Amino acid sequence: MSVRTLEVDGRTITALEGQTVFSAAWDSGIRIPRLCHLGGLSEAGACRLCLVEIEGQKKLQPACLTKVAEDMVVNTATPALLAHRRLIVELLLAERNHVCAVCVLNGACELQDLAAQLGVDHVRLRPQYPSLPVDLSHERFGLDHNRCILCTRCVRVCDEVEGAHTWDVAGRGRNSRIISDLGEPWGDSGSCTSCGKCVQVCPTGALFSKGRTVAEMRKDRGFLRYIMTAREKKLWIS
Amino acid sequence: MDEIPQTAGAAHDEREQILDRAMARHHNSGDALIEILHTAQQLYGYLPAPLLKKIARRLMLPPSRVLGVATFYHLFRLEPLRKHSAVVCLGTACYEAGGTELLEGLRQHPGSGDWSVASGRCVGSCGLAPIVICDGRAMARVTADKLEARLREDHDRGSTGTDAGH
Amino acid sequence: MTGEVLAQTRDTERERQAGLRERIACCSVAGCLSAGGGEVRAALEKAVNARGLDGQVEVIGTGCLGLCSQGPLVSSAATRQVYAGVTPEDSAALLDGGAGRFQGRTLGPDHPFYAGQRRLILENSGRVDPERIQDYIAQGGYRALLRAASAMSPAEIVAEVKRSGLRGRGGAGYPAGLKWELVARHPASDRYVVCNADEGDPGAFMNRSVLEGDPHRVLEGMAIAGRAVGARQGYIYARGESPLAIARIRTAIAQAQREGLLGGRIFDSDFQFQIDLRIGAGAYVCGEETALLASIEGRRGQPVPRPPYPPERGLWGCPTLINNVETFANIPAIVERGGAWLAAIGAPASPGTKVFALAGRVARAGLVEVPVGTSLRTIVMDIGGGVPAGCEFKAAQTGGPAGGCIPAAFLDLPMDYDTLPGIGSMMGSGGLIVMDTSTCMVDVARFFMEFCMDESCGKCVPCRAGTVQMHGILRRLTRGEAAASDMSMLEELSRLLKETSLCGLGLAAPNPVLSTLRHFRNEYEAHLAGRCPAGRCSIPVPEPV
Ligand SMILES: Cc1cc2nc3c(=O)[nH]c(=O)nc-3n(C[C@H](O)[C@H](O)[C@H](O)COP(=O)(O)O)c2cc1C
Ligand code: SF4
Ligand code: SF4
Ligand code: FES
Ligand code: FES
Repeated sequence: MSVRTLEVDGRTITALEGQTVFSAAWDSGIRIPRLCHLGGLSEAGACRLCLVEIEGQKKLQPACLTKVAEDMVVNTATPALLAHRRLIVELLLAERNHVCAVCVLNGACELQDLAAQLGVDHVRLRPQYPSLPVDLSHERFGLDHNRCILCTRCVRVCDEVEGAHTWDVAGRGRNSRIISDLGEPWGDSGSCTSCGKCVQVCPTGALFSKGRTVAEMRKDRGFLRYIMTAREKKLWIS
Repeated sequence: MDEIPQTAGAAHDEREQILDRAMARHHNSGDALIEILHTAQQLYGYLPAPLLKKIARRLMLPPSRVLGVATFYHLFRLEPLRKHSAVVCLGTACYEAGGTELLEGLRQHPGSGDWSVASGRCVGSCGLAPIVICDGRAMARVTADKLEARLREDHDRGSTGTDAGH
Repeated sequence: MTGEVLAQTRDTERERQAGLRERIACCSVAGCLSAGGGEVRAALEKAVNARGLDGQVEVIGTGCLGLCSQGPLVSSAATRQVYAGVTPEDSAALLDGGAGRFQGRTLGPDHPFYAGQRRLILENSGRVDPERIQDYIAQGGYRALLRAASAMSPAEIVAEVKRSGLRGRGGAGYPAGLKWELVARHPASDRYVVCNADEGDPGAFMNRSVLEGDPHRVLEGMAIAGRAVGARQGYIYARGESPLAIARIRTAIAQAQREGLLGGRIFDSDFQFQIDLRIGAGAYVCGEETALLASIEGRRGQPVPRPPYPPERGLWGCPTLINNVETFANIPAIVERGGAWLAAIGAPASPGTKVFALAGRVARAGLVEVPVGTSLRTIVMDIGGGVPAGCEFKAAQTGGPAGGCIPAAFLDLPMDYDTLPGIGSMMGSGGLIVMDTSTCMVDVARFFMEFCMDESCGKCVPCRAGTVQMHGILRRLTRGEAAASDMSMLEELSRLLKETSLCGLGLAAPNPVLSTLRHFRNEYEAHLAGRCPAGRCSIPVPEPV
C-alpha cells in the first residue's frame, strides 16, 4: 500500500492509501471528536461531529468517511467547526433526559466528555423532556432510552460482530427508538446472546451492566479492535 | 394481538396462501420486504406482530429489522383501522386553504368515533383545495359543513342499516 | 415487435381515429376525478350508447388538461376546445352541439391559460388515453426507442442527451447527459436505471400527472436510458399515496411487455430491458436518491453519505442511473427530434420546458408547462390569471420545503436553475404556491419546518434534533411567545443544518426560514412584538390601552 502525505491543522502527516482522515489524524495524535464512529464497525456518518474543512471543497466532510489524498489540506478545529460541534452536543443534551448525577457512567461517558472538552457549560435550547422507558428486563444489562443518542453503535456491533442483529432502530425522526427483536422487552429477546458487546460500545449510559452504582461503571471499547484483529489473523486457530 | 387476525377459516387460509405465494414469487428474498409488507397489509388491513414475525422468518430477516422497516414508513399500520377512514390533506395548498381547521374539527367531532382520522400530504388536487379523502374517495373544496353532512350521512345510513336488521 | 409492426399499429390506429366523427377526452387524473370527472365520463359513455353512436363517437380518459381548479375538464377533438366545469347533465350538449351552454367555460388554444404555455411533456394530454398503448403509438410513440435500439449506438444516444443540455428535473438540475455518461462508462457489468417517481413535496403533482396521463412516455424514456447506459433492468419507484399513478404504470408495463417493447430482443435487436414497479410507503425522504435505493432494497429509507454517488455505487452496489419522471419524459423527444432541438427551447443554460403545479391564491390553478426561464409574472399573472379579485399578490413559494419564497419585487426574474438560488429560492421539482396578503410568512416557515421535522429520517443529529428545535421556535413566534434570543438561535440553527446535515432534506430544511427572513423580516419582528400582520396567527391580544 502506498503512502500519502497530507496536512492536518498545519502539521504534515503521513497516512496509508485508503485510510480515513479520521484514523490518519488519530494515528498522529490529532483527536477529532466523534460519537457514531467506532474502530472495527462500519461507518454511519450520522453524528456529524467529525466534520472537517478540506481546502478546495465547498462542503464540510465527515472525517470518518473521507479517504486521505495526496496534498490534502485539512482543518479539524476552526472556530466555525467548534461552534457547530457545541451546538450539536447541545442538541443531543436537549433531546432526551441526560441526568448525569444518577448515571452509572458518570465520569466515563463520551457525550459528557465531549461537552466538557468543547466547553458546553449550559444548554441554550429548550429541553424536550420526552417521557421514555427504561428496560430492565434483561438479567445482566439495562437499556435507558433517556440516555440514548441513536448513534447505532449497538445495532452495528450486534449485527456485524456478534451476528445476532438483536437491535435495530424503529420509528423515524424524533420518534426513533432502539428496539430489540419485535419491540419486545430485551429480556425476552430470542436472538440476544447476552454477549454484552452492545453495552461495551455504547458511548453513554444508555446500555449498562446492572448492579453498578452511580459513576461506577467503566467500558472497555478496546476489545473490539482485539476481536477484529484476532479474526483477521485467525488467532484462535493456532 | 397474539394471533394473526382471522375471519372465516377459509378466508384466513386464502390470505395466508396469497401471502406465501407473494413471498415465493420474490424468492423469499429480504430485498422484497417492503413489497411483502404492502401485500400483507392489503390482505389483513394492518400488520400485527405475529404476522411480522412470520414474514421475518420466511424472508430470513432479523425481526428487529422487519419492525424497523414497518415503523419507518407511515403507510404501514400496526393497529387495525376503524370502520371508516378520513385523510385530510395538509399539503401546502390545502394547509393554506384551512386543512388544519378541518382536521381539528374532524378529530373533535362527536360523530367521528367510527373514523380513523389522519392527515396526508398533497393528493394531487391542489386546484380544488382543501381536499379530504373519505373512505378512498376525494372530496373537493371541503368546508366544515360538507364534512358534517358526510359524517351525518354515514351515521344515518349506519342506523337505518341496523334498524332494517331487526 | 418490429419496426414494421410499429408503423402498422400506428397507421391502423390513426386511420381508426380519423374515421371517428368525434373523440371526447375526459381528464382522468387525480384533480378532475376528485371534482367528479368519473361521473361525467360515465354519463357521456351512456349518452353515446343511448344515441347509437358507438363506433362514431369515442369517449376516452386522458392526461391532465391543465386547468384543475375548474374541473372536470373535457376536450373535444372535433371542436378543438376544452370545456371546464362539465357536469353529467352537459353530456347531451357535448354530443348534440349546443356550444351556447358552455359560454364562459370554453377554452380554445388561444385562451390565455394555454397561449402562454409550451407543452412538450404534456403534449399528449387530450389525445392519448393513458390506458391504451395504441393511442401512444398513434402519436408517434416508441419510434424513438426503435431508433435508439436499431439505428443508434449507446454512445450516440448519450451524446444526443448531452447535446440537448437537459438538466435533471428532480430539483437539483444536474446535467442528465453527464450522469448518463458516468454510468455508461463504468466498467461494472450489472447496471440499473431507476425512475424517481416519489414526488413528495406537499403541493406538487407534476410527476404523478405525467404518470397518470402518459405513462408510456416515461417507460420509453427509461428504456432508451437502459440502452444508452447498458442496463437490463429498470425500476420505477412510485409514491404509495398515488394509487391511480400506480395502476396506470402497471397497465402500461404490462402492455409494453405484451407488445414486446419491454423484455428481451426489443425491436429484434440484442437489447433487452425490463421495468419493475416499486411502491413507497409514505416517506418523503425516500425521494432522496440514496434513501430511495435503500427502500428499493427493502430497507429503512435512510440516506447514506455521498460520495460514492449512485452512478458509481447504487442499487446492490452496482452503477445506477437515477433520474426524475420528467427527465425521462423528455428523452423520447430528444432522440426523435435531436438534442439541438431541445437546446433551442428555454434558457440557454437550462433548456427545455418545465411543468409547474400552480396552486394557492390564483384564479386559474393547475398544471402548466412553460419554457424554462419564463418569468414568474407570466406564469402567475397571465397563465394563472393573477390572484383572485380583492386579494393582493405577496409571494410565491417554489421548491416546497427545500425552497424559498419569491416576493413581488422579483416577479420578472426568469425561473431557471441558476437564477432562483441567487434570491434564496430554487426551481425544485415544480410546486408553485401563490400567496396573498392574507398569508403569514412566519406561519409558512413554520409549516414547512413541521413538514421537515415529521419527515426527517432521524439518522443525523442536526436534522433530527435541529428541526424539532427550529419548529419549536417558529411555533413560539406564531403564538407570540418568542423572545429575541430565539431569533438568533433560529439563525444559528439554520447555519448548522445547512452546513452539517447528512442529506438534502436537512441541508435544505432551513431554506424557507432563511428566505422568509430575507424578504419578510419585518413579519418576524412583528410576531416578536406580539402581532401577526396577516392576521392569521392567533396571538392572544393584550388589553387595548
Ligand atoms: C429530501 C429529498 C427529496 C427528494 N425528492 C425527490 C422527488 O420526489 N423526486 C425526484 O425526482 N427527486 C427528488 N430528490 C432529488 C433526488 O435525490 C435526485 O437528485 C433526483 O432524483 C435525480 O434526478 P434528476 O437528475 O433527473 O433530477 C429529492 C432529494 C432530496 C434531498
Ligand atoms: S443505546 Fe447506546 S449504542 Fe445504542 S444507539 Fe443508543 S447511545 Fe448508541
Ligand atoms: S438530513 Fe435529515 S433526512 Fe437527511 S440523513 Fe439527516 S436526519 Fe435523515
Ligand atoms: S463520527 Fe463521523 S459522522 Fe459521527
Ligand atoms: S396540497 Fe392538498 S391536494 Fe395538493
